[in-house]
Amino acid sequence: MGHSGISIFFEGANFLRLLGGLYVSAKIAFLSIFFGGILGIVLGVLRTLHNPLLRLLLRLYLEFFRIVPTIVLLFLFYYILPQSFNINYKADTVGTIVFSLWMAAEMSDIVRGALISVPMHQVESGKAIGLSTVQLYRYVLVPQSVHLMIPATINLMTRIIKTTSLLLLISVVDVINVGQQIIEANSHRYQDGAFWVYGFIFILYFILCYPLSRLARRLERRGKAGANG
Amino acid sequence: MDWTVVQNSLPMFEKGLWLTLRLSFFGIIGAGVLGLICSFIQYFKVPVLRKLVTAYVELSRNTPLLIQLFFLFYGLPQVGIKFSAEACGIIGIIFLGGSYMAEGFSGGLAGVSKTQIESGLAIGLSRFQLARYVIFPQGLMLSVPAFAANVIFLIKETSIFTVLAIPELTNTALDLIGMYYNTNEYLFMLVVAYAIILIPLSILLTWLEKKVRYGTFGN
Repeated sequence: MGHSGISIFFEGANFLRLLGGLYVSAKIAFLSIFFGGILGIVLGVLRTLHNPLLRLLLRLYLEFFRIVPTIVLLFLFYYILPQSFNINYKADTVGTIVFSLWMAAEMSDIVRGALISVPMHQVESGKAIGLSTVQLYRYVLVPQSVHLMIPATINLMTRIIKTTSLLLLISVVDVINVGQQIIEANSHRYQDGAFWVYGFIFILYFILCYPLSRLARRLERRGKAGANG
Repeated sequence: MDWTVVQNSLPMFEKGLWLTLRLSFFGIIGAGVLGLICSFIQYFKVPVLRKLVTAYVELSRNTPLLIQLFFLFYGLPQVGIKFSAEACGIIGIIFLGGSYMAEGFSGGLAGVSKTQIESGLAIGLSRFQLARYVIFPQGLMLSVPAFAANVIFLIKETSIFTVLAIPELTNTALDLIGMYYNTNEYLFMLVVAYAIILIPLSILLTWLEKKVRYGTFGN
C-alpha cells in the first residue's frame, strides 16, 4: 500500500496524454457533427419534396445506417475502401467519414419529421399569399419547426460523442486507446490501473455529454410549453 | 465474392446469431424490467429512490457502453468484483438499456391525458385503482413506439460485446477476417445476419405499434 491507484494519473505525462486522446475523439465528433449536420439538413429538405425516386433512395440510405450497427459500419469502411476502391485514408479520416454519413442519415430524419409536422394549412396559406419555395421555408416552415429540431439534434450529438468510443476498434488513438496504453505501461506499479483509468474515462464522457443532454431536455420542455400556449 | 467461403462460414455465423439473440433477449428483458421499475418510481415521486433513479439515468445515458463494459470487465475485478465476459455483457446492456427504457415508459405515462386521470378521480377510484385501470394501460400503450426503438437499439449495441471477445455475430466476423482475410465475404455475411434479425423485427414492431394505437383513441 505504498501509494493509492489514483496517482497513476500523475506518473509522467499520463494525464496530458489522456486529454490528448480525448481531443482526438472530440475532434472527430465535432467534424462529423458539422459536416454530417449540413448534409443531413439538405437531405432532410430533399426528403420533403414530392419525388418518389429520390425519397426511396434517401429512405434506403437512412435505413441502411439504422440497421447496420456502428461497429460494423466502421469496419465496412475501414476494410472495403482500401480493398475495393483503392482509397487509403487514415483511420481518423475513415471514422470521420462514417460518423458524418451516420449523422447525416439521422439528421435527415429529424429535419424531415420536424418539417412535415408543420400543419398543411400553414403551407397553403403561405402559397396563397404568393411566397416562393425559398420564402416558404424561410418564413413559414423553418421558424415553426426549428424548436422540434434543436433538442433532437443535441441528443444526436451526444450519441455521436458517445459512439466515438468505438474508434478504438479501428485503431484510432482515441482516449480509450491512450488509456489502455497507460494501463499496460504502468501495470507493474499499478495493479489496479484499469479501475482508475477506465473509471476516469467514464467520468470524462459523462462530463462531455451531460451538459448537452440537460440542455436538450430544457429546450424540449420549453418547446412543449410554447406549443401549449 | 467467393461463395464457397460464404457457405463454409455459415455454421459459425449461425452460432454467433443465436448468441447475439440470446444475449439481446436477456438484456432486453432485464432492461425492460429495470426501466419499468425506474419509471414507476419517477411517476409516483417516491422520495430518495427518485433521486437515485435520476442519477442512474443520467449516468447511464451519458456514457458509452464500451467504457461501461471495460470498467465492468477490467476495472471491477481489481477491487474484487469479478464476472464472466458474458455476464458483464448482459449487466452492461441492462445498465445501459434500463435508462432508455425508463425514459420511454416515463414519456408514455406522462402522455396519459389529464382528463382521463380527472375522470378516474371523479368516479371515485383510489390511487391504486387509478394507476391500475387508467394510467398504466394507457401509458404503456403510448410507450410502445419508444420500446420498439429501444429493442432495435439494444440489439445493435450487443455488437460492442466483441471487445470482451464474446463470440457473437460481430466477433465471429472479425475473428474470421483475422484468420482468413476474406474481408468482403465475412463483412457481407455480417451485414446480412443483422438484417435477418432486424428487418423482420422492425416490421413486427411497426405492426405492433399500429395494433396498440387504439389505446389513445378518444383523445
